[in-house]
Amino acid sequence: MSSETRFGAYEPVIGIEIHVQLQTKSKMFCTDSTAFASGDNECVCEVCTGMPGALPTVNRTAIEYAVKTGLALGCTIREKSVFSRKQYFYPDLPKGYQISQFDLPLCENGRVEFFHDGKKKSIEIIRAHVEEDAGKSTHQGDCSLINLNRASVPLLEIVSGPDLRGPEEAAEYARTVHKMVQYLEICDGNLEEGSFRCDCNVSVRKRGDPKFGTRVEIKNINSFRFVEKAIEYEILRQIDAVESGEKIRQETRLYDPDKNRTFAMRSKEEAHDYRYFPDPDLLPLVLNKPEIEALRAKLPEMPLARAARFQAEYKLPEYDSQVLTAEKDLADYFEKVVRASGNAKAASNWVMTELLRELNDSKKTVNQSPISAEHLGEMIALIDKGTISGKIAKTVFAEMWTSGKAPELIVKEKGLVQITDTSAIEKSIDEVLAANPKELADYRGGKEKLFGFFVGQVMKATKGQASPDLVNQLLKAKLKG
Amino acid sequence: MANSKSDSSPSATPGSPRLDKSAVAKVAELSRLKLSDAELESISQQLSMVLANFEQLAEVNTQDVEPMVTPTDLTLRLREDRVERREPAEAFLENAPDRSGNLFKVPPVVG
Repeated sequence: MSSETRFGAYEPVIGIEIHVQLQTKSKMFCTDSTAFASGDNECVCEVCTGMPGALPTVNRTAIEYAVKTGLALGCTIREKSVFSRKQYFYPDLPKGYQISQFDLPLCENGRVEFFHDGKKKSIEIIRAHVEEDAGKSTHQGDCSLINLNRASVPLLEIVSGPDLRGPEEAAEYARTVHKMVQYLEICDGNLEEGSFRCDCNVSVRKRGDPKFGTRVEIKNINSFRFVEKAIEYEILRQIDAVESGEKIRQETRLYDPDKNRTFAMRSKEEAHDYRYFPDPDLLPLVLNKPEIEALRAKLPEMPLARAARFQAEYKLPEYDSQVLTAEKDLADYFEKVVRASGNAKAASNWVMTELLRELNDSKKTVNQSPISAEHLGEMIALIDKGTISGKIAKTVFAEMWTSGKAPELIVKEKGLVQITDTSAIEKSIDEVLAANPKELADYRGGKEKLFGFFVGQVMKATKGQASPDLVNQLLKAKLKG
Repeated sequence: MANSKSDSSPSATPGSPRLDKSAVAKVAELSRLKLSDAELESISQQLSMVLANFEQLAEVNTQDVEPMVTPTDLTLRLREDRVERREPAEAFLENAPDRSGNLFKVPPVVG
């Protein structure tokens, strides 16, 4: 059911803040490694532990990644942006403030488009700003343990407008941004490890009411399915509350996937008063137009544009184009298969059915495929040349999957070349007819259904290697007598 | 700064802005500072004087003046994305009041 009818007289209003971890080698404001899975506190220095007198320096790659993402999101890039201190006390934030951006963010006023329910949606991007991550705290009851490996890892916070109107649409927006950052190769996109975090702001209002209701922020969501479920739960909870005359409290809630509900987080700062001010340790970040344009020129083709091109260039259906462009790596793989085979339709069929099935079954990513795109392309070319039949190709495919060998080698080693020699096939047919006199008589007496039986026998005799077209053609002639 | 009265003396004269005790208590809470009632009283007086001093700046007409982020024309120099390892974890942990393995141990915080 669409969200227009499901929530009755109420309309949900949703905005999403996405924290994208920028995939740099070193941290945002210091030179420690971002490999925070290293030993506890092995990636820390005097800057990210907040030692007195330590000064931050800004990572160029992080800024370039942020600008590229901003451009891909259709944002205006501010030529002079400013880092500010966001102040709050928490032990995983050793400086007592997070370096972020406040009134002068790097990217503003963008737009993200995607298809949902067959309709094109256009969601406003209010801003995208650069900031540093905090450390990780583990709560143990009588104490908390702090690992600062993550402290000062670069993040880009992307803030959408309150434009989303339902849980599915919200999840699709998040998926679209996720796809974009992967296409840009600026984020590894791992939700479970926190490389891509979605905080959802949800409120409800009576349909037609121009005013927004009180919003609640939901955190701790680590999959797109949970984005959908958490928002769904929260909308229903708020509608119930409003219906029974309760006031919605502006608060932060956490989503518990096991219970599929949200619950209020104990407020860590009663009054959110971050007392932002420009960080005196950092000068304004100035980017000139040529620098910004040079980054724009490096932008890859984005998913929506690529899907449209697949439809136009390869004559693929819309659905196939979307499946094939869902991941950049898959789209790249597919295009290599097209180049190696020269047959886009067959390439799309083999990738979408056989390859994706095997990858799913073995839980492999396309980059881990034992069959290279070149080999799959060569195999399709072998079918098109008539060297192997489509049926034999499935055997070759299975062999390629297990051995990783080149298709031509497999065909040669296993003697799988298709028999197109007319006299050889005729010889097999003669033998089959001679060995089955009763069936032959029955067929000639009118039992034409037996044609399939003869085809089967001939294919068996030729170990499946006879060209099926030739068998059909020659058998018909022979059976006529 | 041509309009500023650089010769006026900084003091909390009657009628100048005052930071009352509740405002000081809030700032103290945000800064995780524990202040006694007497301290709140004396600090609110002191901070009111500081504030009064800065209030002088409000006399300057700043219409059409872009807020200043830094007093110089210098802009940020960016650093290349290279990892440089300096000290082992131990160098930082040995300064910590308490630890558990290579983690900093702090009083319990409830998320």
